Amino acid sequence: MIALVLRRLLQSALVLLVMSLLVFVAVYAIGDPIALLVDPQADQHDVARVRASLGLDAPWWAQYGYFLVAAGRGDLGQSFIHGEPAIRLVLERMPATLELASAALLIALFAGVPLGLWAGLRPNSISARLVNGLSLLGFSLPTFWVGMMLIMLFAVGLGWLPTGGRGPTEPVFGVPLSITGIAGWRHLLLPAATLALFKWSLLLRLTAGATREAMRQDYVRFARARGLSPARIVGVHVLKNILIPIVTVSGLEFGSLIAFAVVTETVFAWPGMGKLLIDSIAVLDRPVVVAYLLITVALFVAINLVVDLLYALLDPRVRFGSTA
Amino acid sequence: MPLLRRTLIALSLAFVSTLSAHAADLRIGLAADVSSLDPHFVNIAPNIALSSHLFEALTSVDPNGKLQPGLAVSWKAIDPTTWEFKLRRGVKFHDGNELTADDVVFSLDRPATLTNSPGPFTSYTKPIVAKEAVDRYTVRLKTASPYGPLPLDLNSIFIVSKKAVQNATADDFNTGKAIVGTGPFKFGGFKRGEAIELVKNPQYWGEKPVWDKVTFRILTSDAPRLAALLAGDVDAIENIPTADIARLKANPKFTLAQRASWRTLFWHLDQARDITPYVTDKAGKPLAKNPLKDVRVRQALSKAINRDALVERTLEGLATPAANIVSPGILGHAEKLKPEAYDPEGAKKLLAAAGYPDGFRLTLHGPNNRYINDEQVVQTVAQLLTRVGIDAKVETLPLSAYFGKARAGEYSVALLGWGSLAGDFALRSLVGTVNPDTGWGSWNWGKYSNAKVDQLVAASLAATEPAQREQLAEEAATVALKDYAVIPLYHQYASWAVKKGIRYTPRIDEFTFAWQFKPE
Repeated sequence: MIALVLRRLLQSALVLLVMSLLVFVAVYAIGDPIALLVDPQADQHDVARVRASLGLDAPWWAQYGYFLVAAGRGDLGQSFIHGEPAIRLVLERMPATLELASAALLIALFAGVPLGLWAGLRPNSISARLVNGLSLLGFSLPTFWVGMMLIMLFAVGLGWLPTGGRGPTEPVFGVPLSITGIAGWRHLLLPAATLALFKWSLLLRLTAGATREAMRQDYVRFARARGLSPARIVGVHVLKNILIPIVTVSGLEFGSLIAFAVVTETVFAWPGMGKLLIDSIAVLDRPVVVAYLLITVALFVAINLVVDLLYALLDPRVRFGSTA
Repeated sequence: MPLLRRTLIALSLAFVSTLSAHAADLRIGLAADVSSLDPHFVNIAPNIALSSHLFEALTSVDPNGKLQPGLAVSWKAIDPTTWEFKLRRGVKFHDGNELTADDVVFSLDRPATLTNSPGPFTSYTKPIVAKEAVDRYTVRLKTASPYGPLPLDLNSIFIVSKKAVQNATADDFNTGKAIVGTGPFKFGGFKRGEAIELVKNPQYWGEKPVWDKVTFRILTSDAPRLAALLAGDVDAIENIPTADIARLKANPKFTLAQRASWRTLFWHLDQARDITPYVTDKAGKPLAKNPLKDVRVRQALSKAINRDALVERTLEGLATPAANIVSPGILGHAEKLKPEAYDPEGAKKLLAAAGYPDGFRLTLHGPNNRYINDEQVVQTVAQLLTRVGIDAKVETLPLSAYFGKARAGEYSVALLGWGSLAGDFALRSLVGTVNPDTGWGSWNWGKYSNAKVDQLVAASLAATEPAQREQLAEEAATVALKDYAVIPLYHQYASWAVKKGIRYTPRIDEFTFAWQFKPE
């Protein structure tokens, strides 16, 4: 168990290093932030002075070297345009994104798993086919379009919900969250539903498939033969078995929810990390772009680790450290 | 039934009362993020627009781009290199303290001390070599050489309270502690990347704002900004997505405020290199010399462009053809220059006379996310050039990649839009002979150089008499543009959409100022 965690940490350090190099070089190659930000009337001397004071006059490998040294101390640099530590800007936005991604995952789970079970238990019924058809739509419609349509319908057309933005926040254990009030939920509903749609389809399909397969397994037949009630068979034995892939996928997909949130946050003007990333790329604010990606990668790695550990809890066959 | 009726009445009363409680609130959707509340940190339009509500400068600019008194009631050059500014008396900062000459000197010194700024305000403060607070209400500024535009430059340097700012940290600006200005609004709240709230300053010395509270929402993407307006989440938006302007115009719930802005679009032409990278013969082989160096070729390119069609079709009427590089009404706009008439035959003759009867091949470069329909503009011009025998290709890039490459001189013919409040400024940056020591030609992508233009621009900048400066600036523009230093295309419009019942006075400098929204 400890070996697994250690191995994972080593791997993730390597991933972070490679990642930072790639992003650094990519943003460097796009262009010169000073050309975008400096006042048009500034003369070449001013430009040179600004470039030197931001450390942009050194060759890229030297800049990367400075970055690594500072990163070793936990300093990912200062945002060019905000003039504040990049890491702080990203962390400041993180609760909004996590809130959105968590809400989306919950919607996907609570709407996807029961429907999937239903469809899996009665694979040939009309309702199951209908559910399957809906999930196909969920797979194929682009998030951007779905978001716009929801806004046009529920916000512009019917006026029930706000078009975007985040509701008022209240600190919960020091973290500003908007889900403590009605206004917060009103703002959260549309973006979370938009973000959830794809995952909802995925979980629905997965649950339906796993259920169908589980129902054909011997243990289900034996349980029936023993005279257990159908509710107990499905609710305890089948669910316990299909939960393993569902937990794995949910865990892994939570990472991609955070990443996909970039599009949803843009459509709904949701002040999360993804919107910060888009705005920062537009002005080549490299420290923020690098900090965002490093933090997201770290988050991914942590989630994967948690999924692995959960796996062991759910499936007694998986045990760490066994050498058999 | 009575219960239901009572509830309904109570509800509708509550609704009415919330309406009236918010009647003096204004919510505006902004198209760009405000990166810092420190008014001296970075010189970019969104930050300046916001700071203008909280702070004021010695001078100000009216919606037509004309210089007006600000915190200074008057100014004059007491000798060719000394400007004297008389401060408005009895102006109170938001903390109740009176504005004095000390605050002005402190504010003018401050931009140079912020060394981690990516776009400092120092180009405005640099000409000042000495500052002196003569008395409580008089400031004298010395320049190294005669410099006429100083009063205009100073409209960009906000005056802050020395007491509140001298020991302030970046956090003090985020929390509003250090935001102590003299402007019509006071700091209300700041949620980075999301919203900024301002409240009325009841002690304001000038016309008091009609809004008790103003909320700016940061809506950087076009579709959400428009949706917020349509749904009534905001009362007004700036920078309407071009494709939606016609539809909004037809919508009775909104009114549009539009005008030609200061932003003028033109082509920079490489006139320095003997072989320019993106001009070849029609087989793709390098030409013996750079045709763009020949004024006849430059004139031919200009004649080949049908500006009326470009403005009407490609820009959907959101521009007006240009002959100048600054907009009408701005100092240095030469009224005598008329937009080049569309003349494809004349263009062909000029090309033949210059030795290119069969034309040549060139690539037009432009941004694709900066100006109104910019990519389509580049494509339209390419087609128009093809009609006179020039085989024109198109390459457009996102701004973040485009500006860096263009400023490095990588292109032969490149599109640029420029907004300036003075013609001599624009000429100095755009067509002045490149000189890193004086800062001339910092945006002269084509490296145009003309001693006569340089001399006239220098004389204009040194003129401390406004009338004389105006005449010299117009003359400089005329000389440069008759030589086709750049090829002007059009002055772009700026558009705002406002809920019915509110009126906005559009500004030439594209800024969105809350006090210019008035209930009808």
